[in-house]
Formats: sequence, structure tokens, C-alpha cells
Amino acid sequence: MSGPSLMDSLFQRSLEDLIKGLRQQLIGEQAFISKSLEEIRKEIKSTDLSTKSTALLKLSYLSNLHFHDMSFAAFPALEVLSSPRFSHKKIAYQAISLSFHDSTPVLLLITNHLRKDLNSTNEFEVSLSLQCLSRIANVDLARDLTPEVFTLLSSNKLYVRKRAVAVVLRVFEKYPDSVRVCFKRLVENLENSDPQILSAVVGVFAELACKDPRSYLPLAPEFYKILVDSKNNWVSIKVLKIFSKLAPLEPRLAKRVVEPICDLMRNTGAKSLLFECIRTVVTSLCENESAVRLAVGKVREFLVDEDPNLKYLGLQALRIVAEKHLWAVSENKEVVIKSLSNADPNIKIESLRLVMAMVSEHNVSEISRVLVNYALKSDPVFCNEILGSILSTCSRNLYEIIVDFDWYVSLLGEMSRIPHCQMGDEIENQLIDVGLRVKDVRPELVRVARDLLIDPALLGNSFLHGVLSAAAWASGEYVEFSRNPLELVEALLQPRTNLLPPSIRAIYIQSAFKVLVFCLHTCFMRGKNIAPSASLDNMPAGVSASASYESFEDFSVENGADAAVVHDQTCASAPITKESIVNILNLVELALGPLLGSHDVEVQERARNLLGFVDLTKPGILNSSIQEKEDSEGKGVETSKIIKLMHDAFSKELGPVSSSAQGKVSLPDGLVLKENLGDLEMICGDIEPPSSNSFSFGSPYEEEKDGLSFSNLQIKEANEQSNESTSLLAEHRKRHGLYYLPSGKSEIISNDYPPANDPTLQGDINDNTDDLVKLTAESLVPKRKPNHGKPRPVVVKLDEVDEKPVARKQPESRDDSLSGAVRDILFGSEDIPPTSSQSNLSNSSKRKGKEKLHTDPHMESKESAVGDGNSSSRRRKDRSQGKERRHRSPRKKDDKERKDTGQKEKKKGSGRHKSRQRAEEPLKVPAQTPVIPDFLL
Amino acid sequence: MGIRFILMVNKQGQTRLAQYYEWLTLEERRALEGEIVRKCLARNEQQCSFVEHRNYKIVYRRYASLFFLVGVDNDENELAILEFIHLLVETMDRHFGNVCELDIMFHLEKAHFMLDEMVMNGSVVETSKANILSPIQLMEKAS
Repeated sequence: MSGPSLMDSLFQRSLEDLIKGLRQQLIGEQAFISKSLEEIRKEIKSTDLSTKSTALLKLSYLSNLHFHDMSFAAFPALEVLSSPRFSHKKIAYQAISLSFHDSTPVLLLITNHLRKDLNSTNEFEVSLSLQCLSRIANVDLARDLTPEVFTLLSSNKLYVRKRAVAVVLRVFEKYPDSVRVCFKRLVENLENSDPQILSAVVGVFAELACKDPRSYLPLAPEFYKILVDSKNNWVSIKVLKIFSKLAPLEPRLAKRVVEPICDLMRNTGAKSLLFECIRTVVTSLCENESAVRLAVGKVREFLVDEDPNLKYLGLQALRIVAEKHLWAVSENKEVVIKSLSNADPNIKIESLRLVMAMVSEHNVSEISRVLVNYALKSDPVFCNEILGSILSTCSRNLYEIIVDFDWYVSLLGEMSRIPHCQMGDEIENQLIDVGLRVKDVRPELVRVARDLLIDPALLGNSFLHGVLSAAAWASGEYVEFSRNPLELVEALLQPRTNLLPPSIRAIYIQSAFKVLVFCLHTCFMRGKNIAPSASLDNMPAGVSASASYESFEDFSVENGADAAVVHDQTCASAPITKESIVNILNLVELALGPLLGSHDVEVQERARNLLGFVDLTKPGILNSSIQEKEDSEGKGVETSKIIKLMHDAFSKELGPVSSSAQGKVSLPDGLVLKENLGDLEMICGDIEPPSSNSFSFGSPYEEEKDGLSFSNLQIKEANEQSNESTSLLAEHRKRHGLYYLPSGKSEIISNDYPPANDPTLQGDINDNTDDLVKLTAESLVPKRKPNHGKPRPVVVKLDEVDEKPVARKQPESRDDSLSGAVRDILFGSEDIPPTSSQSNLSNSSKRKGKEKLHTDPHMESKESAVGDGNSSSRRRKDRSQGKERRHRSPRKKDDKERKDTGQKEKKKGSGRHKSRQRAEEPLKVPAQTPVIPDFLL
Repeated sequence: MGIRFILMVNKQGQTRLAQYYEWLTLEERRALEGEIVRKCLARNEQQCSFVEHRNYKIVYRRYASLFFLVGVDNDENELAILEFIHLLVETMDRHFGNVCELDIMFHLEKAHFMLDEMVMNGSVVETSKANILSPIQLMEKAS
């Protein structure tokens, strides 16, 4: 072994050779690397530590820059680590920092190496092992090495102490119990005047405070001092970060820090510090009007600056301000709008977000117009960014900012025609959603849908297929508002529909079916009504319309009159004649014939249905048209029966159904669900998305419809039997003819639907709210109130669905176990009196924890090593007094101009002292008011 | 945690230094670096130095042929990170004298040491050039 080892070390390639070799390889880099790796694998087994360490060094290099696994070298790295030579140690530490992680198997073996080096007299060795600990510490390492870190926290070598302070963060994170041991020393370091230590310790506190700010409120005076005294921008930035977390928790603290922060903002020359001040003010001190004014002024300077970085940050800051102070955005409107055409996509997106923040119900149409024009001109990515944000802003909270739905629907149509538009799916959802929710918009919806359907060019754009399917569905579902239904049939069956995917084609065919049935029905009803008195061609269209209308049993009475008027006009504009009907029937046969052999089941099925219907009715129609004048009571009657039947089937309105509706269906007797499927619940619970769209639409809508209405009926029955309270609902339902799923008993929130005799609601209904403006004005009232009459009955349901995720979230955030533990311990060891949020109970338990701490023999020895007294209270007093001493002396020398502030601080100091003393006897005065207070006031 | 990772990447997109302050597997690193480099190197001088990527914010700056990319948390101060990058470059410049890509390639471990002096646990602990370099020089003398 010694022979080849010697050879190896003699001819071993150094890292430099490796890099040079790599540089020479233009093509065969991979081959070269794998050859080198082979060498390394051999060399790393060598008994010679220099050879081993060089191999390790090369391996680290390859792993770091060329992503090669180096886990096989974990043990050799430990061997190198045990070398007495510093240069070897260095390499080993670096390799370990780079490659070890929580699941590295040899991690346990490193503890003693680290401990040895932490106790070393060579400060560089200590520093290396601290550095390594900060990268790889896991629970065990953190626990086992806490005593060493604790000792180093008061090392007299600044270089070591600084790193020990920094490593504490990782140790706390991994092993929260170490807080009990180290926290006081850490706080002591906060008093240190050395800038190196200070910057490290403030960094640690900034991170800690980020996770759980409330625990650090008692340290506010120390932070305040640093904020006022600091000359180092890095430190100031970190302290500002701490205050931006603390200030929202304690309003008096916020008042106190506002002045120094504003001073900093006015005087600092460093943009980074200035920006941090701005951010602190706009996030945490936004109640202070003058500070916000000042900050917004500075933001403006950023905005108009040439530097894109400052512009970007300015926009970002403005977005934070916008949440509470919209005026700030309006003041800078021009800059923001101008940034929409900036060269940088990031800046464009930021300004877009800001523009969207400005949107309100008054300017939504104006802003959307501007943005849509922008979208037309801009590149595809940004275009869709714009469209996406318009869509999401407008649909927020159930379209709360939309007053004019006719406008909105036509905007949706317009957006889908923008060449780069890829938001088809979202537009599809919204078209259907609006159609279902807002009755009054349906005529306009049908018009928009017609325009979309009739344009053959749109069929070629695959991004629009979603929109087209929504348009097809809407035109079929609300065909009664159509001006010219026959035209719709033609559009739905046009040859280019073969470009559509089968699922959408099926929707097209089904819609064509509905429209056709409507046409036939209109025609037949008219024929029946008028047959005795007048000839077909010059009969008044209005009659036919209203006649057809009466059969819409599901339509609310209020709406009926209004809609009939609309209907009058529509039918007048496009009279349906027998000839045209026959033409259409021929067209249907022609267009759908080939589809009978379609490979897609859905398409084939629908086409067959429609053709079957045509086959059934066509003879009757032809017959009646020939023998029109004669009283032919033969096939004609049968045909009309069929048509009436079909028409009735389709004229049931499809009501919106909550996505959680299924859960409310009461379980029929004798049906065992849980036994076999109980396990599925876990899986399904994960899958079921908290969808923003609370309705479930399958792509084949008709199927859905049938299924749903069927289940609705079932539920209706079931509930009438089981649930008395739903009789009110049933009454309501009868009135409005919509389908609701009444909430079951199991539901926690049972008031998800307004009772029918709710006075306010009744008022609404009686008010006859067909007026669109009125309707939307109502919808702007906070959605929690069940204020909707007929127009959007589902809103209330949605509420319940919306609230669910929130409710689910809350407990999650509450039991963030780690920070909770840290906080618990922090309070325990610092012995801070309970804040208002804490009960006496928890306080006493904390006391217990502390007592445990002091009886722990291990700890005891630590403490005696430090030479403190044995009573915890005395020690604390000592410390706080000592602290003050330490502080005052430099200040006296420091400057006289700050005399008054010094006095203030002295007062503050004594205040703090007092509060500490008080803090020591929380048991005597259990019901103490929150304490943090006195510090800063 | 502030700083999540520091990368140095040349114009061709080759990584010259990678330092992570949280554990990522090699595959995750490869994917992350690929995405970031593609995103950042495509940007031009007139565009700002901040890019949002996944849940990171990338602050980057180009010096000659090298890109310095720092991935930070969302509430980190971008301008301060830019200053940090500048400080890093100045420090290396002082140490190597007119630092270039080759210096970092051939002295990767030294570059790592400098970073280790400046950053611990993802937060900046040292900002004085002299303080950063003195231990490195001492170590050099010792070995």
C-alpha cells in the first residue's frame, strides 16, 4: 500500500492542474471530469493525509461548480479533519460545509472534532469550526455544543466572539432549549460598543424578531439606543427591520421611533438606508401622516430617478403605501402610467400592479380601456399580464367593483379578441359565472356570445376555444334573448367548427340543439295561437314571444315583463318562418351527418341526439307547412308535443350550485358510505381545491345540468321531509324558481341563506330591482350581509365557501410550534412579565420552567463558572446596573450636545430598571397590566 | 435568513462560485442555477438589477465578464445587497489586485473564505475590508 501511495502523492494532480486541465478541454469536459473523479476516488482512500486532502479539495471544487456528488467522501473528510495541520483542517471544513446536511450519516461523528476545535487556542480553528457549525448544525450538534458556544459568546477575542454570536441563530433554530442558556449573553452583547460584535448581534436579533416579534418587545430600549447612536448603515438597516416588526405591536413604541427614523430619512446619504426608512414607515408606521408624507416624497425622488433600480423600488414602496394611502398613488399617477412602457418588464409589471391598485368602481371602465389599449400594443407576455390583472381585479369579491355588467361582458368579449390573448380559460369562467349570477346581463351576454361565435377567424386560435365554449353555452342557455336564433344555429354548425377540440364541439352541438328547439317551439306556439285567426307570415311577433315566454315557469315574475319587452324587439327583428326552419333542419342534417361516425363519444352522442330530434320533427313540420291552411290534426300535434316536451326540458334554468353542495345532501337510510370509502376522505381532502370559482362546471355542461337538477330534486324532497326550516326556503324557491341546495344540519354556519321573510330582503324584492344600476349598487354593499334579492342569490353561499379557507388557515398560523417554543423559552429565561396577551396560568408554568432551569445541575455549574450569584433576581439586578454603568461612561465622554437626550435616556434607563424589578415579582402581583410600556414613554 | 445563496457566473453562464446558506440537493441547485442564469443574463443594462424568482428575490450586478447574483428573502433590502456585492468585489480586488474571473477560478477556496468572513448564517456580519482580509492573510502566512 505504501508504494502506490507514494506514487500517488508524487504524481497526484493538484487542484490547479485540474482546473488547467478543465480549461483546455473544449469538448470532452465530461470525460475529463469523470476521469478525474476516478482518480479522486482512488486518492481519497490513500493513507497519506496530504494526498487525501488534495483529493478532497478537488472533489469540493467539482461538486461546487460541476454538481458532482461528493457524499462518498463524507468519512474521508472527517479523517482529514482530524489532521493536526491547519491547512488540512481548512480543506476538510470547507468540504464539510459544502456537502454535509441533516441526513448525512456520519454527522454524529463530527461532534467531538468540532468540540475540540471550539476549545482550541487557535482562534482560526475556532472560527472555522464555528463557521462549519453555522452551516451543518442539526438538533444533536446544537444540543451537544451549546455549552461551548455559550462560553465563546463572552470570549475576549472579538474575532471569535463575533462568529459565536452569529452561530447562535442556527443553534437556537435547531435546539430551542439553548435559548435558556445563551440568551442573556446574547443580550449582553447587544450592549457591546464594538461595531463588529454589534453588527453580528443585531443581525441575529433581526432574524429572530422576524419570526416572532412580540417576544423581543422588552428589548426595545436597547434597539432604540442602537438606532439613535449607530454610525454603521448596515446596523441601522437591521435595527430598522427590527422596529418595523415591533412597531405594529406597540403603538407607543411606534410614536417614539417615528422621529429618529424621519431624521434618518432626511439626513442620510445612503440610498439603501433611505429605502429601509421608507419601507419601515410605509409598512409599520403608516398611521403617522407626516412621516408617510415625508416617505412618499422620498419615494417620488426614487420614481423620477434615471436609475431603473430606484424606479423599481419606488414603485414597490408605492404599492405598499397604496394599501392604506391611495392618495400617494394618485399623486404619482403620471409616473406610474409612464412606467407601463418602460424598457424593463419588471418595472412594467410593478407599475401594472400599482395601476390595478388604483382601480375603483368609479374608474374601472376608464382604466380598463387604457390598459386594453396598452395590451393591444405590447408584447405577448406583458399583454397577458395586463389581461390577467384586469380579469382578477374585476372579478375580485364577486365583481364588487363592476357596476355596469353590460360593459363588463362586452369588455370580456373585446379582450378575447386581442391577438395575443391567452387568458381564454379565465374569460370562459367569468362569462359563465357572470351569466349565472347576474340575470340582467344575459341579453348583452348573448349578444357578445353571438359576435364571438359568428366570427370564423376566432375558431383558428386555440387559446380562444375556452371562450368560444362559454359563448356557445351562453347562447344555448339564454337563447330566448337572442335577436336571431337561426343565425346562431348557423354559427354553431359552421364548417370551421371542426377546428375545435371534441369536448368543445360537443358543447357547440348541444347548444345548437337548444337553439333549434327554441326556434321550433317559438314557431309552433305561434302557429297554434294564430292558426284560427291569421296567416303565418304577417302575424305580430310580440304575441309569439310572450306566448313562448309564459312557458318559462322558472323565470321570476318581476323579470318577466321586462324581458318580454326585450323579446318583442328581438323577435321582430328576425321573424322565424317555416321556410327558414326547414332550411335550418337541412343544415343540421348536412353538418352533423359526418359526425355520426366521430371517434369522440361525446360528439357522436350529441350529434345523434340532435339528428334524432330532427328526424322526429321534420316530417311534422314539412307536413304542416304544406297543409298549413287545412286543419291537419295528425302528425302536427304530435310534433308540437315533442317540441314542447324538449323545450320544457331545456327551459329549466341551470342554477348555480356551490361546490360543496354535495356535502349537504343528507344521507339516505340504509346507505353505508363511510365503511368502505372512509379512507378516501383523506385523499380527497387534499385534492379538493379551495377554488375561487365556487361552481363546478364539467365541460359537457348539459350532462352536468341534468345530473344536477336531478339531484336537486332529490335534495328538495329529502329536505322537505327532514328539515322543517327549509319550508321557508322552499317558498322562496317557488317565488324565484332557482335551484338552491339548502344547508344541511351538519353545517356549522346555518345562516348561509337569508330567510325568505327577512324584512330587508323582502324590501329588496318588492322594490323590483331589475334596474341594473340599482342591482350593482346593492352588490357593492359588504357581501356579508345577505342583501341580495333575486339577482345574485348565490353570493351568500359563496361567502361560506370563501370563509372556509380562512378558517382553515388561522389555526395553522397559530400553532407554529417552533416560534411558539422559542417565544415560550424567551419569556421564561428573560423573565419578562406577561404581556396582555398572556394569561397568568401560562406565566406560572413559565416560572416552573425557569425553576427547572436553575435546579438543573448542568446549568448550575455553568452559572457558577460565570461567577454570578446564586439568586436569579440578584444576578439580574447586577446585570442591569452594570449595563447602565457601562453605558453612561462612554456617553459622558461622548458629547455634550446630546445632553437632553442623554437625560431622557437616563430616565428611560431607570424606567426600565423599575420595570425589570417589577418583573421580578409577577407572582405577588398576578394581575399585572402589560409592561413593555414604560420603556419608551 | 436574509441571504439564501451567492453565485458568481460568467457571461457564458458557467458557475464560478456557488455558496448556499440553506441545504439544496445537487439537482435542485443545478435547476435553480440554470433558471436564474437564464433569467438574469438575458437582461440588459437599462433594466433594473432585481428579479423575482420562485420565492426568492435575486439581486445581481455585472462586473466585467462576471455576474454576481445574490438570492435573498423577500424583505431583504435590495440596495444594501447591491452594496454588499460591491463590497465583495472591492475586497477581492484588494486581495488579488485587479481581480478577474481567473483569480476566482484558481482561488476558489480563498473566495469562499472571504465570503465566510463576510456572511454567516445568511446575514452580513462584517463589512470592513481590513477585517475581512486580515485573517485570510494571516492564514496564508501560517500555511
